[in-house]
Amino acid sequence: MIKPLPELELPNQSPDTTYQEYLENNKFCIQHCNECRNFLFYPRLCCPHCTSVDLEWREASGNGTVYAVSIVRQRPEKGGDHNVVLIDLDEGPRMMSRVNGMPNEDIKIGMKVKASISVDTTGDGTTRMVVFTGV
Amino acid sequence: MTNGTEGIRGASAFIGAATDGIGEAPGFSGQELAIRASLKAMQDAGVKASDIDGVFGALSAESMCGVAISEYLGIQPKYSNNNKIGGSTFLSLTHTAAMAIKNGLIETALIYYGSNQRSAFGRLAVSATHQSDYEGLYKPRFPMTSYALAASRHMYEYGTTREQLAQVAVAARQWAQLNPDAFMRDPLTIEDVMASRVISDPFSVRDCCLVTDGAGALIMTSAERAKDFRQKPVYLLGAAGEHWHKQISAMPDLTVTAASKSGPRALEMARLKPSDVDVIELYDAFTINTILFLEDLGFCPKGEGGRFVTDGHIAPGGGLPVNTNGGGLSCVHPGMYGIFTLIEGVQQLQGECNGRQIENAKVALCHGSGGVLSSQVTNILGTEETL
Repeated sequence: MIKPLPELELPNQSPDTTYQEYLENNKFCIQHCNECRNFLFYPRLCCPHCTSVDLEWREASGNGTVYAVSIVRQRPEKGGDHNVVLIDLDEGPRMMSRVNGMPNEDIKIGMKVKASISVDTTGDGTTRMVVFTGV
Repeated sequence: MTNGTEGIRGASAFIGAATDGIGEAPGFSGQELAIRASLKAMQDAGVKASDIDGVFGALSAESMCGVAISEYLGIQPKYSNNNKIGGSTFLSLTHTAAMAIKNGLIETALIYYGSNQRSAFGRLAVSATHQSDYEGLYKPRFPMTSYALAASRHMYEYGTTREQLAQVAVAARQWAQLNPDAFMRDPLTIEDVMASRVISDPFSVRDCCLVTDGAGALIMTSAERAKDFRQKPVYLLGAAGEHWHKQISAMPDLTVTAASKSGPRALEMARLKPSDVDVIELYDAFTINTILFLEDLGFCPKGEGGRFVTDGHIAPGGGLPVNTNGGGLSCVHPGMYGIFTLIEGVQQLQGECNGRQIENAKVALCHGSGGVLSSQVTNILGTEETL
């Protein structure tokens, strides 16, 4: 007789929704894997390191380092130039983001940055996203 | 698990290759361009539609393309495949075709591709892939910014310069000037590249691939049958692929691609080393690609790619011929360039490349990249004497 496997405990809503709910409460949360102890980003149903579904939401420290940077060049009437960065969070995962509060040309790889939540109401509805500033 | 390195070495060969509509082909659909290239490749090989029993390829605008192409040509394949790993698809499909030929599932395969993105849209057809919301929020220019981020990291870690990136574009242009089919053949200097409009730092418009129409097709059959056709067979000696990520923010190290795994495995299957390769055809969607792939495939140490490509080392008359058709940067880029690395590799080994022919070329390395440095696939091609 083969022992039945324990049932997978999967969340009853999309991790994208949970992530957004935290942002709406002004919290930047990422998932922690209780199996292999790695953090992960973007939000997932399973850990990309060990495939465990035993994931727990934790508030991120918000501390990170610029890993790569590019300035997207646009004409002023199209919104002008803006930067796109990859940030290595102190917890481990990497995410795409933007650095605010300094000229694009001053953003350097290796720079320490701190997260905040930006609220944009200019488009249809409200967009909340994690952005960074220099520390 | 085995690493499959014995695999398909020399089991199959290319017996025909052709392109069509390179540059601008107004009035034709991508499927029609693929059909035109397929008909030319079949004529080049001397095979009829009824000889083909395996169909492999991609069209940018038709997800059921294998069924569509077969219906149009009147082929009733025993096996068809159109996988979706991006621009390296074709180098993966030759691997699959070779396995199907080796195990007797099929005898003769058609590999096809066609796109009219320039005439139809005038921009890079990338809408076939969905960009992650977690990236899209920050408005990167897709896909340029993803590659630009990789370039920024390579410059930071290894001191690679914009001028070294420009060397790649200039070398590609010099090869294109030797290829009457290439789309962009005007003279191009390092200064021109550096002075052209910046799109996503550190890339200017000349660091980015063309947006063209174009199609290509290849015919493969078993090594035994290959000798009966009119063309000199070009054997598939090795093939390997690997991928680690889809979006750039998930790439483990932006200075190392999965070509560092696919290249050595393909060469091991071929029982060859980088110094045995006579001609190299890489998917150069952006100038940083050529530098990353030359490093990852073992032609120079990691971090040395920028210095390796300077002083015309990969240009005509340099030490190592790379992208001899002019590449995606100056010859053709209809959205999924990978098939053109194979066509140029086959034609170089057949000695059909006229003004840009590499003398006595026996081994070609063709390498495809899909997505944003995501899926990497390497094929090693050789003439009969390399078997």
